[in-house]
Amino acid sequence: MKSVKFLRNRDSALALIVLGLIIAIGLRAPVFVTPESLVGVLTDTSFLFMLALAQMVVILTRGIDLSVAANLALVGMVCALVSRAHPELPIPAVIALGIALGALLGAVNGALVAYIGIPPIVMTLGTMSIYRGSTFLIAHGAWLTSKDMTPAFLAFPKLSVLGVPVLIVIAVLVSLGFWALLGYTRLGRGLYAVGGNPVAARYCGIELSSQQFFVHTLAGAVSGLCGYLWVSRYGIAYTEIAQGYELTIIAACVIGGVSIAGGVGSVPGALLGALFLGVVVNALPVIDVSPFWQTLISGAVILAAVVINARSEKRGGKLILHKARLLAGGGART
Amino acid sequence: MSLSSPASAPRYEVADRPTLGFADIVLRWETILVLLLIGVVVVNSSISPYFLDFYNLSDATFNFSEKAILALAMAFLIIIGEIDLSIAAIIAVASLAMGLAAQAGAPTSALIVIGLGVGALCGTLNGALVTVFSVPSIVVTIGTMSLFRGIAQVALGDQALTKYPASFQAIGQGYISARLPIPISFVLFLILAALFGVVLHRTTLGRRLYAIGCNPTAALFSGVSVNRIRFWLFVLMGLMAGLAAVLLTGRIGSTRPNIALGFELEVITMVVLGGVAITGGVGGIVGVTLAVFVLGLTTFGLSLVNTPGIVISILNGALLIVSIAAPNLVARVLRRKT
Repeated sequence: MKSVKFLRNRDSALALIVLGLIIAIGLRAPVFVTPESLVGVLTDTSFLFMLALAQMVVILTRGIDLSVAANLALVGMVCALVSRAHPELPIPAVIALGIALGALLGAVNGALVAYIGIPPIVMTLGTMSIYRGSTFLIAHGAWLTSKDMTPAFLAFPKLSVLGVPVLIVIAVLVSLGFWALLGYTRLGRGLYAVGGNPVAARYCGIELSSQQFFVHTLAGAVSGLCGYLWVSRYGIAYTEIAQGYELTIIAACVIGGVSIAGGVGSVPGALLGALFLGVVVNALPVIDVSPFWQTLISGAVILAAVVINARSEKRGGKLILHKARLLAGGGART
Repeated sequence: MSLSSPASAPRYEVADRPTLGFADIVLRWETILVLLLIGVVVVNSSISPYFLDFYNLSDATFNFSEKAILALAMAFLIIIGEIDLSIAAIIAVASLAMGLAAQAGAPTSALIVIGLGVGALCGTLNGALVTVFSVPSIVVTIGTMSLFRGIAQVALGDQALTKYPASFQAIGQGYISARLPIPISFVLFLILAALFGVVLHRTTLGRRLYAIGCNPTAALFSGVSVNRIRFWLFVLMGLMAGLAAVLLTGRIGSTRPNIALGFELEVITMVVLGGVAITGGVGGIVGVTLAVFVLGLTTFGLSLVNTPGIVISILNGALLIVSIAAPNLVARVLRRKT
């Protein structure tokens, strides 16, 4: 009985699928399942882990943030420019600057969504263009390469803590933070309440607007952190960094079982969704499949995940509507 | 018993439409857009002497007619509370199909049929997934967006298809006549705008779209076949994407895997700026058409003075936010006063 329950749990099922995928790739190309290669996959995916979690908390409140990738690009560019102008600045200060600026950009979204009532999708669609364009403006369209960055700036993401790459360490810390927030704080529980039923949550004294402000600011802060890490890891800052990445992030959430209708989603789910995409992206070159297949595969996976989720989420309450639909079917043909 | 009383006593009392006060007219979305449009024209003609030139303006419509055609169908979808993020990817697949057919020597008429057909087919897939599995369309179309774009990327790799017959390219590049140099694509947009406007504002089908957008469950119980309309609107969206693919492919004369990249967000910006509420149930074709001109002419005017495209996109983003925020703020202030 216990094993049946285990399999019914979405997250465990997804974990098994990811595991099966890794084994299948390993059978075809054993080099993929070596520890170094797997650590490489995790390091590459660490951005997606963090950003998927940040996106998840926004989606929990029935929102969406399309501006995270543009936020990342703008913060990354600012960090690179500041570091070039002030090479003496210690790296923790640069990281703090990145997080603060990211949070500020997120707070702009949050403030207008929460207190002026602009729908999140519209607001972040607008700031997506604005932040991306500002990246171009502040650098005058220039590319900053590793020559413009200090050695310390570039070295940070290549550090390792007790043999674990620092990017993975940061991703783990961020994940633990989200896990604690969503599972063990009043604020985090409130996010599920708001997403599940905003009216009921309001009657319980949980205000939607402050929650919206918080989640957008949080998503911005995580994007800002990733902005510095992204630019320093790849050693380049330019306008089109991570362009279109917002949709990959949302895809990771959808695969991870986060419901776009709000109120449903878990930290392990979002992480597994991101890991799934990370494994696929990293495995393609190893098994000699052209990287051009990447987009097509992730599209097919999203659709499969959506259809499977739709089947498992069907509730008893819909039966009445179904019967009514059958009845209404005859009358509707005019 | 009173129900069977004389025919002169109507069963329901339908109140007359309240007369429009001055404030209602001024605060109407379309009025704001007209003022915005006038502002854009005044500013642009003052910064560049080449703006108010018939031939320049006429050619400028090339750049936004395809997106404008997409915006019409997108407005329908958003009014019923759905969205389609896969339109740019549908253009890529339709363009790919036309490119392959053109390489095989297909004539122009066949290419048009293929482009429209593939577009409608992609829309059918979207519609089927949304209605059969009752999944939010934003999720479905994020998936199909990757799927369709992926098909184009796999098929094309880093290549481009460029062998198109001249008569095919003439559709996207041509004018309706040599004496009246108005682009075919722009005229198509105007015709379609009139058509979409009549359907939305003057037919029962149009009223049903608003009903679905306001409350799908209530619409269903009132005898509107919600899912059938949803399904066909996605097919229509696909068909319009196919048409845009015909025009765009002909205009630029090539098919690349990244063709029309990012169109979906520009089109949604047009629709939302046009006063269509993203939550559904509100908006009209006049507003969308005005928004098309506001955005199109802003872009054209700024590019006349050599503004980089990315800077124009900042302004468009700001325009979108301000235009939604300003009325909300005004309403908030007015509410506080009363």
